[in-house]
Amino acid sequence: MNASPKAIVIGASAGALDALSVILPALPASFKLPLMVVVHIPPDKHSILAELFQAKCRITAVEAEDKEPIMGGTAYFAPPDYHLLVETNGTLSLSSEEPVLFSRPSIDVLFESAADAYGPDLTAIVLTGANEDGAKGLACVVEAGGTAIVQNPQDAFASAMPESAIAICPDAQVMSLAAIAAYLQKV
Amino acid sequence: MSAPEKVEDIEIRLLLEALYHQYHYDFRNYAMASVKRRLKQAREQLGFATISALQESVLHNPAMVPRLLGYLTVQVSEMFRDPSYFRAIREKVVPHLRTYPSLKVWVAGCSGGEELYSLVILFREEGLEERTLFYATDINQEALQIAEAGIYNLDRIQLFTENHRKSGGKSSLSDYYTAAYGRASFDKTLRQQVVFSDHSLVTDAVFAEMHLISCRNVMIYFDRPLQDRALGLFRESLARKGFLGLGAKESLRFSQHADAFNDFVREEKIYQRDGR
Repeated sequence: MNASPKAIVIGASAGALDALSVILPALPASFKLPLMVVVHIPPDKHSILAELFQAKCRITAVEAEDKEPIMGGTAYFAPPDYHLLVETNGTLSLSSEEPVLFSRPSIDVLFESAADAYGPDLTAIVLTGANEDGAKGLACVVEAGGTAIVQNPQDAFASAMPESAIAICPDAQVMSLAAIAAYLQKV
Repeated sequence: MSAPEKVEDIEIRLLLEALYHQYHYDFRNYAMASVKRRLKQAREQLGFATISALQESVLHNPAMVPRLLGYLTVQVSEMFRDPSYFRAIREKVVPHLRTYPSLKVWVAGCSGGEELYSLVILFREEGLEERTLFYATDINQEALQIAEAGIYNLDRIQLFTENHRKSGGKSSLSDYYTAAYGRASFDKTLRQQVVFSDHSLVTDAVFAEMHLISCRNVMIYFDRPLQDRALGLFRESLARKGFLGLGAKESLRFSQHADAFNDFVREEKIYQRDGR
């Protein structure tokens, strides 16, 4: 467990918008860390996630671009139909490899690459969702010494994703959305 | 990130060196996160305990190379992927191409041929096919063979058909293939004007002067310097005022060659080579 991570990764599926709307707008303008976010969205070319959260948040919200340097205080959303990966040189990259668990972007792919890049300096959060994506990735984060947080399944719009994550990572901290928001304000 | 290099990272670096020195496949400047992921998959699925064991096998057994390349080269595409891109080629680029008596089109990193057939069908529908020579290149021989065969699983055809329609297709996709035994076999005549060839954007040079280069979702697997090399190749290959089409999330914005290209259809990542 690392109390002062260098980056946050978040994965969410069904019910993502409401869940992220509790967490991201709560972050102060002075928030120093980068957040990489995968939300399962349809593969159409245009997503309004970044615009939506840019309007709601004090931190910067953008759709991730290939080879973009990672900046603090910014939430990077995976674009529709691409995986988002973290490189060890402090940049992001995109990939159109096959979907994982029918998902592209995939939470597992983001989490695994971020675990590799940040090791113990990473905090990973699995939110609401109706599948198993994120569970394996969260296990990689834990194995690399990072911090695992999972939304309380009882409090989630769809409980399957947090339940799968807890099943693989029984030591993950289980929190309500409000508690996750409060936790992030203090990291 | 300043921690000592992990053993597996060392092994991966050595494997990529081995692959280059022994077989001249150069993945050393690929975007590493994705390469690592796919090498780990290869290690698991090919049944090796370590990446080093995989490396030993690759060095001493050339038959392993195509199998490894199957993992290292991403082969996921679909016909008329991003229909709006093909619509823009049809509506905005084709009128310019019509003014040339003969045309050369390069599909760089053609993988299993989905993008190639999309363009050939589009050119046929627009009456340009007969005066066009298509070059379809890839580093992966097996992918080239798949492209040359033009046979796809029937379960993909519904998506292809839908994409073709959204791209402004002027015919029915079913005009171009025969379905049998769960497979769709695309018409041989679609390959009349196509040259399939082994070519690497990493190590090879320019081979002809092109009017249109389509290279979608290939360069995202490269690191920045390698992206610059590939774009330099495209710049040299393109005729003045020639066109370059990239993937929906690829951009020339950060490249040292950005000045040589102008936005042509900005939202579709279609660029035009300057007139110099």
